[in-house]
Amino acid sequence: MALLEVLNIEKHFGATRVLEDISFSMEKGQAVSIIGSSGSGKTTLLRCLNFLERPNGGQIKVGGEVLFDAAAGKQFSDAEIRQKRLHFGLVFQSFNLFPQYTALQNVCLAPRLAAKEKGTLRQEEVEIRERGQMLLEQMGLSDRMGNYPHQLSGGQCQRVAIARALAMQPDILCFDEPTSALDPELTGEVLKVIRSLAEAHTTMIIVTHEMAFARDVADYLIFMDGGRIVEAGDPHAVIDNPQEERTKQFLARYSAG
Amino acid sequence: MFAEVTLSLLAGFGMTLKLFVLTLVIALPLGLFISFGSMSRLAAVRYPIRLLIWVIRGTPLLLQLLIFYYGPGIILGNNIWGSGDEGRFAAALVAFALNYSCYFSEIFRGGIQSIPKGQYEAGYVLGMTRGQVFWQIILLQVIKRIVPPISNEIITLVKDTSLARVIAVYEIIWSGQAFIKSAGIIWPLFYTGVFYLVFSGLLTVLFHMIEKKLDYFK
Ligand SMILES: Nc1ncnc2c1ncn2[C@@H]1O[C@H](COP(=O)(O)OP(=O)(O)OP(=O)(O)O)[C@@H](O)[C@H]1O
Ligand SMILES: [Mg+2]
Repeated sequence: MALLEVLNIEKHFGATRVLEDISFSMEKGQAVSIIGSSGSGKTTLLRCLNFLERPNGGQIKVGGEVLFDAAAGKQFSDAEIRQKRLHFGLVFQSFNLFPQYTALQNVCLAPRLAAKEKGTLRQEEVEIRERGQMLLEQMGLSDRMGNYPHQLSGGQCQRVAIARALAMQPDILCFDEPTSALDPELTGEVLKVIRSLAEAHTTMIIVTHEMAFARDVADYLIFMDGGRIVEAGDPHAVIDNPQEERTKQFLARYSAG
Repeated sequence: MFAEVTLSLLAGFGMTLKLFVLTLVIALPLGLFISFGSMSRLAAVRYPIRLLIWVIRGTPLLLQLLIFYYGPGIILGNNIWGSGDEGRFAAALVAFALNYSCYFSEIFRGGIQSIPKGQYEAGYVLGMTRGQVFWQIILLQVIKRIVPPISNEIITLVKDTSLARVIAVYEIIWSGQAFIKSAGIIWPLFYTGVFYLVFSGLLTVLFHMIEKKLDYFK
């Protein structure tokens, strides 16, 4: 059974239709890449999945459970939304690290607060810190754990942000153009860790403009344009042999490497 | 004579200091809550609070002191402050605390609104509550940004406390001025200026230290 099912998602801001009839599904352990030109609605889609935007139509199911159903017209309480959000993680284009916390504190903050709420912080304290250290090591940041974000390069910041998202153990980790804010020479280190996550079968949705990367890493590729899914399927097939005119035009503007 | 003046001014300064400290203790947290109110999603909360801020910031503190002190007795026919020094001090404190909390609230609001939306969203997608995001992530960043404007206000407050004399709160300038009548000397007034200068100098050093302390992040 599919881990994530997105069914007929619609989103408009006033009169602007940003997402129209978006449907796709993915299995546990898969990586899905989303490509598309600026303004095609990729960020909005990820924001809908993370409950930062509320779709105007459609359904979102995770593991068969209906997380969101616009037809039910239900207003969720803050507590319900928080529960639903925990299925997803989101890595932002601009990192959004917390500047007053070190790399390790950034990673451990949310797990600590969650444990505190449950009243189990005392027991879990050490475990949370060790997990945070392990995640940062995995991101190649063993020697940067005590640094504040302003002391880190963009690539290092983004890797901290990835560790921070992983610390909450989301079912599905979403990336919104994780390398777009980076200098070209720093994109490689971030793509490398995402690639290693894919090899470890982390379930991920990756919005990216790195065509070669999307083709190599993703199990499934979605091309969006004007708020719709225009073409989707095997990444090699879509990128090397697009069927739709709009996909061809879009890809022609990128060198697929 | 010098010792006599010093003692008298110290007594007045004690009152000044008490009004200053208590105003801050009330106005800083109250200002934060007023700023929440002025940003509330509920128009029924937001507009009355903004009206209050407008009235308080748009009229002289001197006028507010007079109205707070005499208003209840004359309008309501019930002088809630009583007749003693304590009542006058209480009235002055209420006026100062309300006035300064409105000024502080606008500084807080500016600071809170200057924090990028991404900081909130990063917290929310990690499953944090609104409260956790505010207290654990936003507040310190706001404090860092508002230390300079808040310290300006606080130094203004040091000097504004002298206005309390209008409702006969015996503060330091009053004690200095008393010597003009009683002894025909003016230097005690200059001497009060020294008190203000030393005190605001100490505060300036303190705020510099706070700014330094918050320099560890950008
Ligand atoms: N809060 C909002 N209010 C109004 N319009 C919005 C809002 N957020 C996004 N939009 C509009 O929705 C459309 C899709 O935006 P979105 O950010 O999802 O695109 P994108 O595919 O992520 O683009 P990019 O590649 O530039 O990041 C754009 O036309 C944008 O102007
Ligand atoms: Mg985007």
